[in-house]
Amino acid sequence: MSTQNPCRDVSGKPRIPETPLLSVRALSKSYGARIGCTDVSFDLFPGEVMGIVGESGSGKSTLLACLAGHLAPDAGEIRFETRDKGPVDTIGLGEPARRMLARTDWAFVHQNPRDGLRMGVSAGGNVGERLMAVGARHYGRIRGQALDWLGRVEIDADRVDDRPSAFSGGMQQRLQIARNLVTGPRLVFMDEPTGGLDVSVQARLLDLMRGLVREMGLSAIIVTHDLAVVRLLADRLMVMKSGRVVEAGLTDQVLDDPQHPYTQLLVSSVLQV
Amino acid sequence: MAEAEQYNFAYLDEQTKRMIRRTVLKALAIPGYQVPFASREMPMPYGWGTGGVQVTAAVLTPSDTLKVIDQGADDTTNAVSIRKFFEKTAQVATTTRTPAASVIQTRHRIPETPLAEGQILVYQVPIPEPLRFLEPRETETRKMHAHEEYGLMHVKLYEDIARHGAIVTAYAYPVRVEGRYVMDPSPIPKFDNPRMNMAAIQLFGAGREQRIYAVPPHTGVVSLDFEDYPFEATKAAAVCALCGSAESYLDEVIVDDTGGRMFVCSDTDFCAGRRGAMDAEAVA
Ligand SMILES: Nc1ncnc2c1ncn2[C@@H]1O[C@H](COP(=O)(O)OP(=O)(O)OP(=O)(O)O)[C@@H](O)[C@H]1O
Ligand SMILES: [Mg+2]
Ligand SMILES: [Zn+2]
Repeated sequence: MSTQNPCRDVSGKPRIPETPLLSVRALSKSYGARIGCTDVSFDLFPGEVMGIVGESGSGKSTLLACLAGHLAPDAGEIRFETRDKGPVDTIGLGEPARRMLARTDWAFVHQNPRDGLRMGVSAGGNVGERLMAVGARHYGRIRGQALDWLGRVEIDADRVDDRPSAFSGGMQQRLQIARNLVTGPRLVFMDEPTGGLDVSVQARLLDLMRGLVREMGLSAIIVTHDLAVVRLLADRLMVMKSGRVVEAGLTDQVLDDPQHPYTQLLVSSVLQV
Repeated sequence: MAEAEQYNFAYLDEQTKRMIRRTVLKALAIPGYQVPFASREMPMPYGWGTGGVQVTAAVLTPSDTLKVIDQGADDTTNAVSIRKFFEKTAQVATTTRTPAASVIQTRHRIPETPLAEGQILVYQVPIPEPLRFLEPRETETRKMHAHEEYGLMHVKLYEDIARHGAIVTAYAYPVRVEGRYVMDPSPIPKFDNPRMNMAAIQLFGAGREQRIYAVPPHTGVVSLDFEDYPFEATKAAAVCALCGSAESYLDEVIVDDTGGRMFVCSDTDFCAGRRGAMDAEAVA
């Protein structure tokens, strides 16, 4: 299967823009004596989707949480290219500015929609919240944008006033995506976005995500243990084991010709499924 | 009055009152910000406004004249018992006349008669956190206030309009104080919101939740709204059946066994004043 994506030109060769959107160096985070992730470095370029795979406990969520500012790393550097101020050190940024980034330039899609949605608020209110958080004060326009986004994630307009608790798991996840993308973020963090969904529901969600990523030219970091997800969505892949990155490269290359024994094991085990 | 000697002035000990006064000063210095304080047990249940009672106790001096209202009325059980409490423990003069009072403790209303400099209005507050409705985590609401992240407050108003076609929040309608903190004005009707822009000091006490906040005189208080759904200080479209006022906030009351109803001023002192019954000096 070949995947087209915004980071390759027509000939299929990687097109590398000069400034990375996210630049990570020697990032480490421990929980007491236990390593969460250690010595992680990579660059993510605009429009690029990176997958992070690895077995349970390999440090994927820890890394993602550090990148998104939910956890404070012990060491290392994270630089993000902001729209207006150029590259900023997001660790030293301070909480108010980081929280501002989190609701403007960044988005975070949780595995469990309950962690990413307000279950007591209507679908429209969930999507509108980020707009209101950045100052939207016109009800009609907020609702219009909410309806537009519900359409884009294939939720019927007549569900706009229903609460997410009345939605299926797949709908909840699509709603979470709409809620995150409505303000046009540039970098989306996703932690197991298809986890816990039926296979057919997963496929539809993946399809939708792939469309949105392309259409919006989004950059994304997707944590998953599902190699089918990265095959479909990710331009590049990082393989983690015991908190370290053991292999990284273009997705097709890594999956078709894994170099590290652990990656070989991962790839072969998925073939059994 | 031997009984009175059992109590320190205004019931609370001096140290507690000093602690509350410091909290009040901090609250006045940061308008709309909820300052935590060590709420004391009061000889009344929480629903009876123990937060307001503690604030009143701390600001009261022997030369003050106290008025206590509940839903605008001086003669409800709640108002009468709080007034009696301070008559007994502080021996201060009491009144039902708004202009004659130096301290007014209130539940659910702002008096109709405009307050003047030198007066203090003490509100009883059940739930001080305006964001609580949508964000139950205290750690999170504290950050939202600290970083001025108030989008969530509009989500509540959005939900109102989405569900009912209008902002139906009629009490405890959220306000922004001096362009900074979003504040719960306590369950006053939204009719009273614009009237929070006043010359008197406004203090808010939440006993169970252990918070005090304040609005200093002449501080900007703005009700939150949407551009296309502007705030409206609504009241019943009627006039007071007793005094004929078309401006005051009205309560609908049942007047007979056959379900007859009429609208009357919720502010009993204002209504009585208009009717020329000016004999409401001090309540025995
Ligand atoms: N809050 C925590 N306290 C202590 N240790 C933790 C904590 N969170 C994670 N860890 C440990 O850090 C390591 C990495 O965990 P992490 O959750 O990042 O892995 P993961 O790759 O996301 O796993 P999974 O696929 O199961 O979600 C594991 O050893 C885990 O036990
Ligand atoms: Mg994880
Ligand atoms: Zn009247």
